[in-house]
Amino acid sequence: MYIPHTDNDREEMLHAVGVKEIEELFTDVPSAHIFPELDIPPALTEMEAVAHLEKISQSNQSVRDLTCFLGAGAYNHFTPAAVDSIMRRGEFLTAYTPYQPEISQGTLQAIFDYQSLVATLTGMEVSNASHYDGATAAAEAVNMAYANFRGKKSRVVLSPALHPQYRETIRTYTRGSVIDIVGETDGIDPHGDPEDLISFIDDNTALVMVQYPDFFGRIYDFRKLAEAAHEKGALISISTNPLSLGLLTPPGEFNADIVTGEGQALGLPLSYGGPYLGLFATRKKFVRKMAGRLAGETVDVNGQRGFVLTLTAREQHIRREKATSNICTNQGLMALASTVYMSMLGKGGLREVAELCYQKAHYAAKQINSLPNYVVLNDTPFFNEFMVRCPYPVDKINQDLLEREILGGYDLGLEYVSLKEHMLIAVTEMNSRQDIELLVSTLAEVSDD
Amino acid sequence: MNIPEDLKYTDNDEWIRLEGDIGTIGISDYAQDQLSDIVFVEIIVSEEEQIAKGDSCATVESVKAAADVYTPVSGTVIAVNEDLADVPETINSDPYGDAWLIKIHISDASELDDFKDSAAYQQLIEERE
Repeated sequence: MYIPHTDNDREEMLHAVGVKEIEELFTDVPSAHIFPELDIPPALTEMEAVAHLEKISQSNQSVRDLTCFLGAGAYNHFTPAAVDSIMRRGEFLTAYTPYQPEISQGTLQAIFDYQSLVATLTGMEVSNASHYDGATAAAEAVNMAYANFRGKKSRVVLSPALHPQYRETIRTYTRGSVIDIVGETDGIDPHGDPEDLISFIDDNTALVMVQYPDFFGRIYDFRKLAEAAHEKGALISISTNPLSLGLLTPPGEFNADIVTGEGQALGLPLSYGGPYLGLFATRKKFVRKMAGRLAGETVDVNGQRGFVLTLTAREQHIRREKATSNICTNQGLMALASTVYMSMLGKGGLREVAELCYQKAHYAAKQINSLPNYVVLNDTPFFNEFMVRCPYPVDKINQDLLEREILGGYDLGLEYVSLKEHMLIAVTEMNSRQDIELLVSTLAEVSDD
Repeated sequence: MNIPEDLKYTDNDEWIRLEGDIGTIGISDYAQDQLSDIVFVEIIVSEEEQIAKGDSCATVESVKAAADVYTPVSGTVIAVNEDLADVPETINSDPYGDAWLIKIHISDASELDDFKDSAAYQQLIEERE
């Protein structure tokens, strides 16, 4: 039970600061502003409040009500009921950071399994216990690369095809620092090549960051770019959609030094933007530069298998002033959910989901491209998203789609001036052939009246 | 506690071996014993870098603590022990030999006056305990 201050405690504190009543602490606030009359409606009964809130919530339209073709970093996938059921077990749901291994074996093992799965999926040697989301994980990669060179390299090359919000998060993290961000351009050449970034890499470059599949859904082999980065002594970080890795070559094989990602696609609901899950994996040689915590397997005094925090959040403990990051928190519960999801699907299941997304997206792209006035711009391999040049403004098209209960694609013109009237369409295993056909026929009927 | 007589010591438990105007720097047997099992070492200066007395030149981390190693003299770094990162436990087993950290071309010999000889260092350790 939480015991607040007793009357005696309050009295002592007031005495210590030399006032008689709490009100005296507010004498500097003009009286008109102290406890003013608030213009709020009368109180509701619980029954009335529930009815009122339900009415408000009905004005939301979720992916349960609509057919969703919106992605751009967060995707509508099917989550087996067991994910939620396991995640909601009290032992997991209410667990705090497992500092005491003797009472935290379940949580620690879940983190260890999560790390093992992420490392395997990304083709990397080490994964931490997770970050907040794909954007903050990407920003931690920038911090880590900068710290790795002890501040001697300050340039960071960001691909313009890295998620715009991730780039914004990186800019927020690095504001006021000496880190110099290059590579982003206002316009984007939809047919551009990742090797265009090579010209930005110099001896002062700490990190090159790309996305895989990129923000436009495109799949590139980053081996050459990685080689160019390494030649200049820079690190390369690849931001990824882990679900796509059920099908694609793991970025570790491109010689990535860091792989980050948004883990939402691995069994987490869209939930209006969060909580999501930030993946972060790297090479063993960078393990002590990695932010966050890391669970490890060990044996207890009796030789029995057990789990501990092998590297605790260094930000909190012994090397605070030398820490790479000031973020200690991980997304324990979301990491658990993704672990259950990956374990339930297995290697074959993940591949199957990824293949479904890939094939349905390609079917949709082909159908849309055959419409007059709509052009699919992805002429290189792509995963489950593609760019469409539209005949009308995207918000106008999306309005028409919404009338047919279709959540349309992302308006690329919001982020890329050169991509006005371009829509980013995402397709997942949740979209049936009928859904896709309804989208295509509705697009065909959109007019500018 | 092993405190070789041919070395000089600092109050921060670094040792220096002098050969002409070249100084080899490491941490003492006492320091490694206090830290216990060393699991990580990172030398944070590079060859040809100028460093000033008191600058941090390495970080040593054990199972129970992390410590900075400060260069006890100013000068130019002429060598760093690159091999140590792979075998940090060498600091426990051979603190005065294979576990040297950096070699410095000393720029100001007068800084050497502040060092303790082995007897004075021995006394310092005893006072701490």
